[in-house]
Formats: sequence, C-alpha cells, structure tokens
Amino acid sequence: MLLSCFVLTAGAQDIYFTRTGKIEFHSGSSLEDIDGVNNEATSMLNIKTGEMAFTLLVKSFSFKRALMEEHFNENYMESTKFPKASFKGKITGMPTINITSNGSYNVQTEGELTIHGVTQKITAPAKLTVNGGKITGVSSFKIVLADYKVNIPGVVAEKFSKETEIIVTCIYEPRS
Amino acid sequence: MNPALNKPHMQTKLTGITICLLFCCSPIFVSAQVKDTSDLMDMLDMETAKHPVTNYTSATFKTTRLINAHSIENVAGGVLDVKISHRFGALNGGFYELFGLDNASIRIGADYGITNWLMIGLGRSSYEKQYDGFMKVKLLRQSTGKRNVPLSISGFAGMYYNTLKWSEPDRENFYTSRINYAFQLLLARKFSEAFSLQLSPTLVHKNLVPLTTDPNDLLSIGIGARQKITKRMSINVEYYYQLPGFKLENTVDPLSIGIDIETGGHVFQFIFTNSTGIAENQYINGTTGKWSQGDIHFGFNIARVFTLKKTTRKEIK
Repeated sequence: MLLSCFVLTAGAQDIYFTRTGKIEFHSGSSLEDIDGVNNEATSMLNIKTGEMAFTLLVKSFSFKRALMEEHFNENYMESTKFPKASFKGKITGMPTINITSNGSYNVQTEGELTIHGVTQKITAPAKLTVNGGKITGVSSFKIVLADYKVNIPGVVAEKFSKETEIIVTCIYEPRS
Repeated sequence: MNPALNKPHMQTKLTGITICLLFCCSPIFVSAQVKDTSDLMDMLDMETAKHPVTNYTSATFKTTRLINAHSIENVAGGVLDVKISHRFGALNGGFYELFGLDNASIRIGADYGITNWLMIGLGRSSYEKQYDGFMKVKLLRQSTGKRNVPLSISGFAGMYYNTLKWSEPDRENFYTSRINYAFQLLLARKFSEAFSLQLSPTLVHKNLVPLTTDPNDLLSIGIGARQKITKRMSINVEYYYQLPGFKLENTVDPLSIGIDIETGGHVFQFIFTNSTGIAENQYINGTTGKWSQGDIHFGFNIARVFTLKKTTRKEIK
C-alpha cells in the first residue's frame, strides 16, 4: 500500500497537461471545404511511460458555416447522444525526454480512438518538441468516417473526401 | 450417497474458499484499484469535471418558421435565408379549381442574421398586397451543465403595411390605417432530440378594423410542436387560440400541420392549413376557413441559406 502511494506521487510529476488542445479535421472534397476546429480539447501525457489521453466535447467544434455546425452535431456526430470523443493510448518506445533542454523527438503512437460511440485502434506518427519547459505535441493521421458509423447520405457524399484528416496540436505544461 | 448431489456441495465449498482468498488478498485488490485511478483517462475526466461548461441546446426546430409562425430559431450571424412560402387555394374548391391548385397566395422574403442573437427580415405577401418587416431577438437559451436553463425565450416584433386600393376612395383615408403590428414572446423547450414544444403569447394591433365592434388589440396564444421521425424529417403542428373578446368577428383559429424535410442547405416544408395569409396579422387574426368544411390549403415553404459572412473562429487564448 505504502509503496503504491509512493509510486503515485512520484508519477504525478511526470504528467503534462493541457486544456487548450487544438484538434482540426478536414473532411471536404474539391466541391466544399468541410473543416472543423476545436480549441478546447484536454489532454494528459506521461513523459516517463509515454501514456496519453485526450478528451473533447464534440459540440465545441466550430465551422466557417453555421449550418454546417448544426448538421455536424445533429445529423452526423449526434453530439447529444455521444457528447465526447476521446483517445487513449501510448507512445511506443517512449524516448527519455529531457525537459531541461530544448529539442524534438519523433515518435510513434498507438491507441484507441472513440468517435460517435465507436472505438477503433489507430496508430499515428507524432512529434514532441521541448521548449522552455513546455512540450508541444503534433500529430496528423487519417480515419474513415464509416469505421465510426458516421453515416453520410448519398446526396451529399460527393462533398466528402474518402478519408478525414485529423491534425492534433497540444502545448503541454507540467501538471501542478 | 448420490455423486450427482455431492458435486454442487463441492462447488459451494470451493466458492467459500475463493471468497476467503479474496478477503485475504484484498490489500492487493485495493492497491490495484488505487493504481487504476492513476489511469490518465480517469485523471483527465476528473480534471474536466472541475471545469464544467455550459451546453446550449441547439436545433430546437429545423428552421426559423415552424409552419406559418416564427419558431424560437434564428438564422446565425452573417447568414441570409431566402424564403418562398406558397399556399394554394382551398381543397373544397373541387375539381373545377383542381382542389385549390388554380389559386395561390405567396410570400417572398429574406431573413438576415445580424448577430447570432438578432435577426431581421423583410417580405411581401400577395395576400392583401402586404409588405412586412420584423426583428427577432434571443433573450434566453435553454442549456445544461454549468448554466442550467430549462427553456429558451425570444422576443418578436413585426410591422405590416398593406397596399390594397382603398375600398372607399371617396372618403378621407389615412395611410396609418394600412398599418398593423405584432408582438410575440416565444417560449420553447426541446424535451428530447425528437420532441420540442413552443408557446407563443401574441398581441396584434390593427390600426383599422372592419367593424366598430371589433377590438384593435387582438390577443392570442400559439402552441406549436415538432416530432422528428428521422434525422432529417419531422412532423409539425401549430395552433393559435384567439382569446374571446380579443378577436375579430367571423374569424377562426388557425390550425396547421406540416412536414419538414431537410436536404443540405435547403429545408422544404409541406403543409396543410386553414389560413390563406402567411404573415402574423393575417394567419393569426384573419383566418376564415374551417377545417370541418374542407377549407384547407395545401402549401409549402422553401428556404435556402447563403453564408454571407463566415464565422470567425475562436482562437487559442
């Protein structure tokens, strides 16, 4: 018991946190740009173990067109039924991060992405950059909406690209 | 002894041992649980729970009109919504009038969102050759989470000007006689994803009324509901109850039933109603057709939105 408490407190210092993670997606085709941005994703990263977790409110995505935002929430993501999207995973072969010196690390991540109530295993390359005690994590990967049971009706299907690109940018600070 | 009976007895014994073992090993289990709460996702959930957000209810209704009447919805800031509303003649016109299809009452209008909470609109109805202008303001938004509000409230004000030729041009006529006003308080609640309900207390003021016994201030209360049947289709009902003593002679309460079909940027509304007019002062206080006598009009509203000003995105603080 004592030992596990010790492990816990020791672990807390390794955790980096953000409340303003930026998640963008590009789902449009040449016919229409369907881009959403969410600047309120929360995320934690354990720099010792490489574990990481992301969560965001689907309703917080903003769009250039108000109607697109309504359709996104009402028809596609059903954000009242599935209010959150999340990712839980880890950096495989986590390098030793030296937080005191600036530098960057190319890493590979894997984990479970949950969108629209459906969980799928994904892998994605990412880059961690240490700068002034903060860690910036950037990653970009592609998903197929049908894998997450997001139904695009035939009449608008040609406005969507086959794959949706997701770009993640998080600036982590030590969790106090 | 029957070995078949012996077996369950053995099992009970074994279960007992297992329970004993469980209790003995409970410290291990406890520490395992403690370790589990150090799971990053749980920590993240705890962290987000510390900062609850307000979750505003959206899309209480599909569009800014339920059928004839204004719903609680506004067009978003920077969005232009062009609406063409069409009511055919009455079904009881029979085959001679092709069940009303020979006649039409039309309103062509455009609504614009100045901000997300303020919209204005202009329109022209063929019925009574009337021009109208209105504004609708969001006063309160239904929400859950940090701020818990059970219903949405909006205010509506409209002004109407008919341009019919004077029925008695020889007497002294005033332009003010052509003017009507409407004021509404819209109270709505989205009870579930599929069902929304709205109450609309309404005051219509007519500067000139047909009879000396008619009141100039007309009071009514509207009730409207929508039930979604699929994600992109809903059934709507709308009824206005005119308060006794505050209505014009020979008018009846308007009742309308409609279906909304949404396809991308368009919303099609197909309706059946006993009113011919499409503006507030016309359908609420000027309906004469009775459902019971087949004085029912088929009609439709078509709306198309144009995003004139793209919304500026929230930037990282």
